[in-house]
Formats: sequence, structure tokens, C-alpha cells
Amino acid sequence: MKNILIFLYKNNFFFIFLLLECICCVLLIKNNGYQGSSLLNSSNEISSKIYELQTNAKEYLLLKDENERLARMNTYLINRIKLGYAAIPLKTYVKNDTLYKQEYEFMSGKVINNTINKRSNYLTLNIGSAQGITHDMAIITTDGIVGIVKDVSENFSSAMSILHKDVRVNCQLKKDGIFGPLIWDGSDYRFSNLTDIPTHAKIKKGDTVITSSLSGIFPEGILVGFVESFEQKANESFYSVKVRLSADFKKINHVSVIKNNYKAERDSLELKSQIQSDR
Amino acid sequence: MIVNLIKIIIRFIILILLQVLIVQNIRLGSYIILFPYILFILLLPFETPKLLVLIIAFITGLTIDMFYDTAGMHAAACSLIGYLRYYILKLLSPREGYDQGMIPNVDSMGPIWFITYSALIIFVHNLFFFYLEIFRFNEFFKTLLRVILSSFGTFCFVYIVQFLFYKTDRNK
Repeated sequence: MKNILIFLYKNNFFFIFLLLECICCVLLIKNNGYQGSSLLNSSNEISSKIYELQTNAKEYLLLKDENERLARMNTYLINRIKLGYAAIPLKTYVKNDTLYKQEYEFMSGKVINNTINKRSNYLTLNIGSAQGITHDMAIITTDGIVGIVKDVSENFSSAMSILHKDVRVNCQLKKDGIFGPLIWDGSDYRFSNLTDIPTHAKIKKGDTVITSSLSGIFPEGILVGFVESFEQKANESFYSVKVRLSADFKKINHVSVIKNNYKAERDSLELKSQIQSDR
Repeated sequence: MIVNLIKIIIRFIILILLQVLIVQNIRLGSYIILFPYILFILLLPFETPKLLVLIIAFITGLTIDMFYDTAGMHAAACSLIGYLRYYILKLLSPREGYDQGMIPNVDSMGPIWFITYSALIIFVHNLFFFYLEIFRFNEFFKTLLRVILSSFGTFCFVYIVQFLFYKTDRNK
């Protein structure tokens, strides 16, 4: 025992180094869990304050783009409200609200931190649990999908962008509904890859790619991007499709966070039937 | 002594803010990622106890992790270079040893010494960091290219930035 202590003391430099590396590993592994330590990420008090200050300054530079986008969205919305439609006499047509249930709710937020050049990219938003955000919510802009919420603190939330090595979003081709997971290969923030598309699908350059409802996180039909090119690798019976993302990740500022009102119900049902079939 | 300590703390704050507010937004494609904050560990005085260097490096890494959402990754890479710095300095030491109160920069040690010293440490940091980030081997050569290009980029950046600190030293 004494010898061990002497040995440890003699090599204390090396052992303290090992200890620190172990602490790092523990942190890393903990943080990989879906709701790991939220102390050491950018939704904590100090770093989010600094990022917020930075974003406030940066926002002025992006005002012009943002205004244009808002104007576009406004015209789109104005076209959809009742002003643009002639009223149908009530005698022949009664609109009954019980026909529709609201499945998705939208909340608007602002991105205060965003990276695009790492292998696993994250966003920080200025809304959190106080505004009703929980994990696994979808994030979109008016241009396309952006990411999925990961950690939430009271006033901020941290989200995995779709430019993340572990994020898979189920997407489909708009024209015939053939679906597959969208995976980012880490080389260019403008493109992502749609994999597992069977070779009988007729793909053309420029085809629209939208989200499918399989994941339960994104509503069906949100724009993802356009087909840039596709190839069939040797020995595989699937196409790998390169998709040009429609959202410009360099300029993300205002986003909508989508809450699926029926997600808990759907998840518990799916889990229940999986457990039953496993038995 | 206290003046030096304050200088080191100011350097720490400047480099962290430089990294987080400015360099993080410099995008040179996904293969070149700059980490000039390593300069803080490079520029610690020669006579800093080795254990202290290790702990300072670890804390620096943790601070960067807080901003980068990468709990543990920068801290792991920084404690590795904090550990290896002692041996690298030993390896590169001139025949008469290092003078007291000197800082390892171009001004006091000459450009060739500084290039060897910083390039070695930056390369080790990047090598460890990028493989830890990807944590799998099926993108081995892509990651290696990333390590080499990023090391070179960071090295050029560090070489320029250290002149900022060295000029204030000379005015004294």
C-alpha cells in the first residue's frame, strides 16, 4: 500500500493528467445522452448572455434580408385569409370546426448562436421551457427545415442542426412519396444526402424533397431542398441523392418551433405495440 | 509578478473572446477550422510549474467547451497539450536552458524555434480533437485532411496574433 502511494506521488504529473482526461471522457459520454449535462453547453447563463449580445448587434446587418423574407411571407399569408375569397352563403355551406383538430402548433424564436463548420453542429435559441419548448421539437424557417431541439433551460434551448452527424430526418420525394433518411456527410453546409432511395424511383435534377410524417417530429410536406445529383454506388441497390438544402444555414435568424400535440400519444402507442411484439 | 499575472489574465479573456465572438464566425469551408485560443497555452511563461500548466490548460478547454457545446472535447485536447508542453519544451531547450521570466514567443526565442514549438503543439491538439470529435475510423482520411489543413490555418493565425502581444511587451 505504501509503495503504491509513493509510486502515485512520484508520478503525480502523469496521474493528474490521466484523471483530467477521465473527467473529460465522463463529460463527453454524459453529454452524448439525449438530455445530458446542460451545465456545459451554450444554453447556460453566461455564454448565452454573451451570444445574445452578439446576435443583437449582428441582427442589424441582416435586417434587409429579414424584411424581404417577411414581406414575402406576408403576401403569401394575405393571399390565404378571407379577404381574398368571396363569401359563400351560409345556407349552403356550414363550416364545422369539429372536422379539424390542430395537430401542430408553431412558436417563433430567434437563433442566437449557430455553427455550420463542425461535424456536429448546434443552434441556440432564445426561447426555452418557460415558453413551452421541450426536447424533440422541430425547428424550421420559412425556407426549410433547420433542426431538432435537444436541451432546454428556462429561457434558452440548444438544438441539433440537421448538419449533425447523428441527426436523421425522414424525407420523401414530393412527386411520388418515396422516402428515406436525410444524413449529412460533413463536407458542405449547402448539401445533404438522401439515402436508401430504391433504384426504380424516377429522379430528375431539381425534384423537390419534403419531410415525411414518419418521424412524428416534422409535419409532412415541409420543404427540405432540391435534388442536385444522384448516383448508384457499386454493389448497392439504392440511390444516394445529393440534396441542395433550401434553408441558408449561414443566414438563419428567425425560426419557428413546431410542437406536435399528439406526439406523446403516438409515441406511447408505438412503444406499446413494439413491446407486445417483442414478447 | 502581479503585473505578469494580470497580463496573463487579460490575455486569457482577449483570446477566449476572440475565439468565441470572431473566429467562430470565420468560415473557410468545413476543412479549415481555426483554434487560435491555443496561443494562450503556448504563451504561458517558461517557469510556470508543469502541474499548473496542466490545470490551466484544462480550465481553458472547459471554458471553450461552454461556448462550443462540446462538453469535454476541447478540455481533453487542451489537457493533452498541457501535459505534453513540458516534454516538448524539454526537447527543444537550448544548450544553456531557458532564461527566467521569459515568454515563449518569436521575440525572445527566434522564429525557427517558435515555429517548431507551436506547430508541434497545434498539430497534436488538432489531431486529438478531430478524431475525438468524429470518434470513428470510417472517415479516416477525410479527418486527416481536416487535421492537416486546420493545423496549418491555426498556425498561420497564431503566428500573426502573437505579434499583438509581443508588441505590448516591447513598449514596456
